[in-house]
Amino acid sequence: MSAPGEITIFVPADTAARSVGADAVAAAIGAEAARRKLPVRVVRTGSRGLLWLEPMVEVATAQGRIAYGPVGANDVAGLFDAGFIEGGKHALGLGPVAEIPQFKRQTRLTFARCGLIEPLSIADYRANGGFAGLDRAKAMKPSEIVAEVMDSGLRGRGGAGFPAGIKWKTVSEAAGDTKYVCCNADEGDSGTFADRMLMEGDPFTLIEGMAIAAMATGARQGFIYLRSEYPAAINSIKKAIELSEKKGIIGDNFRLGVRVGAGAYICGEETSMLESLEGKRGMVRAKPPIPALHGLFGKPTLVNNVLSFAAVPWILANGGKAYAAHGVGRSRGTQPFQLGGNVARGGLFELPFGAGLGELVNDIGGGSRSGRPVRAVQVGGPLGAYLPPARFDLPLDYEAFASAEAMLGHGGVVVFDDSVDMAAQARFAMEFCALESCGKCTPCRIGSTRGAEVIERLRAGEEPEKNLRILNDLCEVMKDGSLCALGGLTPMPVKSALAHFPEDFGPATRSGAS
Amino acid sequence: MSLIKETDYGTPARESDKTVTLEIDGVSVTVPAGTSVMRAAAEIGTKVPKLCATDSLDAFGSCRLCLVEIDGMRGTPASCTTPVAEGMKVHTQTDRLARLRRGVMELYISDHPLDCLTCAANGDCELQDMAGAVGLREVRYGFDGANHLVGEKDQSNPYFTFDPTKCIVCSRCVRACAETQGTFALTVDGRGFASVIAAGADDGFLASECVSCGACVQACPTATLMEKSVIEHGQPEHSVVTTCAYCGVGCSFKAEMKGDQLVRMVPFKDGGANEGHSCVKGRFAWGYATHKDRITSPMIRDAITDPWREVGWDEAIAFAATRLKDIQARYGRGAIGGITSSRCTNEEVFVVQKMIRGAFRNNNVDTCARVCHSPTGYGLKMTFGTSAGTQDFKSVAKADVIMVIGANPPDAHPVFASRMKRRLREGAKLIVIDPRRTDLVRSPHIGAAHHLQLRPGTNVAVINAMAHVIVTEGLVNETFVAERCETEDFATWAKFIAEERNSPEALEEITGVPAAEVRAAARLYATGGNAAIYYGLGVTEHSQGSTMVMGMANLCMATGNIGRDGVGLNPLRGQNNVQGSCDMGSFPHEFPGYRHVSDDAVRQQFTALWQAELDPEPGLRIPNMLDAAVEGTYKGLFVQGEDIAQSDPNTKHVTEGLAAMECVIVQDLFLNETAAYAHVFLPGTSFLEKDGTFTNAERRINRVRPVMKSKTGLEEWDVSCRLATAMGFPMHYDSASQIMDEIAVLTPTFKGVSFEKLDRMGSIQWPCNDAAPAGTPIMHLEKFVRGRGRFMLTEFVATPERANRSFPLILTTGRILSQYNVGAQTRRTGNVAWHPHDVLEIHPHDAEERGINEGDLVSVSSRIGATTLHAVITDRVPAGVVYTTFHHPMTGANVVTTEYSDWATNCPEYKVTAVQVVRSNMQSDWQKEWAERETEQKRVAVAPPAAE
Repeated sequence: MSAPGEITIFVPADTAARSVGADAVAAAIGAEAARRKLPVRVVRTGSRGLLWLEPMVEVATAQGRIAYGPVGANDVAGLFDAGFIEGGKHALGLGPVAEIPQFKRQTRLTFARCGLIEPLSIADYRANGGFAGLDRAKAMKPSEIVAEVMDSGLRGRGGAGFPAGIKWKTVSEAAGDTKYVCCNADEGDSGTFADRMLMEGDPFTLIEGMAIAAMATGARQGFIYLRSEYPAAINSIKKAIELSEKKGIIGDNFRLGVRVGAGAYICGEETSMLESLEGKRGMVRAKPPIPALHGLFGKPTLVNNVLSFAAVPWILANGGKAYAAHGVGRSRGTQPFQLGGNVARGGLFELPFGAGLGELVNDIGGGSRSGRPVRAVQVGGPLGAYLPPARFDLPLDYEAFASAEAMLGHGGVVVFDDSVDMAAQARFAMEFCALESCGKCTPCRIGSTRGAEVIERLRAGEEPEKNLRILNDLCEVMKDGSLCALGGLTPMPVKSALAHFPEDFGPATRSGAS
Repeated sequence: MSLIKETDYGTPARESDKTVTLEIDGVSVTVPAGTSVMRAAAEIGTKVPKLCATDSLDAFGSCRLCLVEIDGMRGTPASCTTPVAEGMKVHTQTDRLARLRRGVMELYISDHPLDCLTCAANGDCELQDMAGAVGLREVRYGFDGANHLVGEKDQSNPYFTFDPTKCIVCSRCVRACAETQGTFALTVDGRGFASVIAAGADDGFLASECVSCGACVQACPTATLMEKSVIEHGQPEHSVVTTCAYCGVGCSFKAEMKGDQLVRMVPFKDGGANEGHSCVKGRFAWGYATHKDRITSPMIRDAITDPWREVGWDEAIAFAATRLKDIQARYGRGAIGGITSSRCTNEEVFVVQKMIRGAFRNNNVDTCARVCHSPTGYGLKMTFGTSAGTQDFKSVAKADVIMVIGANPPDAHPVFASRMKRRLREGAKLIVIDPRRTDLVRSPHIGAAHHLQLRPGTNVAVINAMAHVIVTEGLVNETFVAERCETEDFATWAKFIAEERNSPEALEEITGVPAAEVRAAARLYATGGNAAIYYGLGVTEHSQGSTMVMGMANLCMATGNIGRDGVGLNPLRGQNNVQGSCDMGSFPHEFPGYRHVSDDAVRQQFTALWQAELDPEPGLRIPNMLDAAVEGTYKGLFVQGEDIAQSDPNTKHVTEGLAAMECVIVQDLFLNETAAYAHVFLPGTSFLEKDGTFTNAERRINRVRPVMKSKTGLEEWDVSCRLATAMGFPMHYDSASQIMDEIAVLTPTFKGVSFEKLDRMGSIQWPCNDAAPAGTPIMHLEKFVRGRGRFMLTEFVATPERANRSFPLILTTGRILSQYNVGAQTRRTGNVAWHPHDVLEIHPHDAEERGINEGDLVSVSSRIGATTLHAVITDRVPAGVVYTTFHHPMTGANVVTTEYSDWATNCPEYKVTAVQVVRSNMQSDWQKEWAERETEQKRVAVAPPAAE
């Protein structure tokens, strides 16, 4: 909402942008405008996710939003000189945001508003399609809302990919007066940041999604379990809740609280998260009973990831079928993929399921940042498989990945060039598990430590055949015997490294055994 | 005899109307819905390997040994956490499962010391069993990796050790502490491989909140938590199921033996009262039975200033009989009497009262219930028609509102408290009426909805105020009252209670409890669903003890909270057999079964069977005996298993009475305080030597079985028989079982009871008769024992004992967990680690006013006497109230207490004594005298004195 003659300049306040100097850029723009006595209003937004271009500054013009980046504070005077406030040409000029190739090829449903609007402006949010889903849901019966989610084919974006509709239906139909909706915002996977970006850049989308979930399930209390490492997201979501309550968007019928985690990866596992929400030590619960029936404080509880809830407003506004029109097979809709590691163009790219892994890594990502050949990517966080370029033909689809003994997880993709030691990466998987295990089940508690030790012996060339056998046996015990996915999935990076990069594991594997 | 190994079904039993049929390894089994696959397998004898599962704890799913394969289900689910489903086909042994289980065991053993042969759990270790079951043959990881094999053993607890090097982090101890005991003292510290068990904030067991109940030791599958007695003696080889001899909960234990050496006491899963749980006393504090202080030979002396002389049984019996007969010849038949023991068996009590009525030829028999629960007997008989708690302990699991009045179950009835706390954690609401902030008021995961912190001595005012609210706010259950109660009595009572002077507002100044709190508590009790009352000596030991019991009974009837599961009115009995000793005719006016001695028809029955002339006049109560002794008309007393010189009020008066007698016969394990005034000491038997029955607070008759031979050479009941016979009234039984048969003939509520039946059924709750051959868990179901329930008027009358300027504080007394009653048993065990001395709790305000600092020696004086003890400053007691216990004789708490007593039953008013507390630098005169007496009057001659 700009006054006549006012020039609006958008600078991301997203943590990733700030980490490369966005605050200084915003300050420099303000100062330069004042010096030049120009009626400039600087709006801090979320990020568009094109992280190699951050800080990416946008200017509202008659031709739409024109982008410049990456902008340093030192570049600001030059930009003014070049007339960037009218979209003038400059070496950092990127043209209209919508035309940036890596942006243009995305299908931004969940992240449509992220980077576009002022995150804590309800007016901005509404003006850009916000609350359309909630408004529609208000006129629907809970079963009808559930049916839309079911139709959309939405699957849990936390990693497991469980059909959201079935979960919603179970909680909705569960007996009991007290129910909860809980958002898992303990985004701990290495190389992932989508939850954070959404909560910082478009927090009302999450609140709207949870409010719709509350209507569908009959919950009157919701919690967002947010990791302490995300102070800006905590701040943003708390303020957004406050504003929503003030505006009566949520309130007596649905109270929403934020609970801040204490740094345990395992609390991103839904049952540990529930334990932690109850004020207990973050320990995994055995299932059954499933949280949908016996969750927080023993009540029926809907637990979904940030991205799952955030997909819901679009689904309700546009219909489940419209959402399901995107994607392939049983993987419907879009997934905000997060590309990081040794990559030329890192960032968040929302793509329909079915796009190729190579397309993401090479075409969008532009290969490695170091310029050396890409040797491996790890998809799906620290427990995901390592895949070589030979498997870049894999479509980004839950089932295709599963059949390749890999997983999409929360959509994180980390790129490694040819300097990587894959045996060290395999050991790291075990070490990560040993560090982050809750310590409840034996395979994870002891197995991860033993796994790291065995891999180290392999690397040292000690009794390679024997140790390889032990490692394979251990992986089976961990995969089939662990209580939760942490121990159960730790073998995935290990086995994939063994399968695709045997030459890194010492003499036994170099000969081809695995 | 062999070691009893109870089947561990892995997960708790489930109750359900629906059953599910499934197939396990091709065998069909039908179980209640909700049962785990593991338990279903155990039901048909199929053992699925397990380590973290045990059927006293909820399934946890951590060890991953119990994995199974189920047709149509992905992966290998854990059988402990997977519920059965109709038509399910389960496979418990496949190659894949064998591989996984062996792999898991390989991981366990890669971090475990290989010292099985020298381990205290060798032969009784689940880890060892599982290694065998899964066929672990090698640990390919070797033993060079990270491990926990170096660690300090925590030996701080007197009874068990914690060896972290043997821990497999199954969390059974942590879960037992939480789920079974409800103390939450244990936790897992660290995570992942670094996970270790910690007590408190890693304070060590003794310094932590641990109450040493033993649940963790019981739950531990390895030698990590291990009884020191097992470490010392090795594994037991046979076991005998018997009953604990401490409080009125009456826990069943397996006494695990090695020959006649008791190695450990293990709570028995099939015990009706405790269902496998225990407390620090029953589980561990049994060492007194073989303590060096124990006297096992009879002793006599001419005067109490003489040293004791050890003699044979015949000489001791003859000496006692001669003296008693001589007294009766000189002072009359009524100049002697006896006191039965609430710690002895029903059979022993029955025989003592028979001896008194038959051989002493009077009804001068009383029991220690006089000083604890006699008002319960009176009050419940007047209102409901019988003197007993209305529920079984299990009933508390169905209660929605639990009102605890003048009782401190976590300290005094810990195993029942654990049941109660479990229910409270499930969401039942709690009302506590107590001057003191007991642990129940606020403890982990428990908080009282209302704590009515009344002034000591105002119970009746509070209960009347609650009843006033119920009557005036229309909360009476009219249907129940009309159908089940005397309606005229109700109308009279309702009119009385509705009077404005009984309103919470009018009584607020007297009780000190805000009226709004009383109103809220009353509404909760009346409208919160099933409401159950549990009470203790804080109700009975008052000048209006009986009134209060009736006041609570009125409340139950007015709200219909009586006569079904989950409700009722329940005295928490102090001693193991208080209920039984009362049932067995220990009162001067009642024969066994609470029938009056003046009832000709009843008396005729006893006369006929016993072949004795029986006195139709009631005899003397304990206080009357002592008064008469001081007056010079009462000269001989037989006291079994009670120490009135320590436990009864106004010690000075008690000892004056004892000193005035010519023949005091004490039968006990130890030379107790009363024995200092005795002429004959007859050694008693510990519960480990007894054959008989105890009856607990829920009327449950439990078998007490001897695990070793009597250390005195005689059964305790046989001693009474011999004394009776020596006095000219022949009494003889071949066995305790024969005594029970006589009890059954003479006591209608015991008609169907026999040892054979008890051995068959485990335990029986009386009434057990033709109408209820299997006993009666819950009473007054269809109608009250007296027919219709009777409302009684309960006018509040303040006690004459009042604070004034000279005695401005009110002393109230109670108990603590680790000590028991006069402490004769617990002081002779490791329990002194927790409570080496009695202390005086005083509010910070009262302490500051008197310049008293923590730990200062203070003098506590009443109108009667004075003693000194050390001060503990705490706001657990309100200002104006001080609190102590009477577990140590040296404390002399009862030197201070007065002789005011319940108007109906003479139960002493231990709970209200006006006192002054001042700093002191020396012991009281009484304590100095006590120390002198301790050496003078308890001397035992080394050899018989040489003839002059």
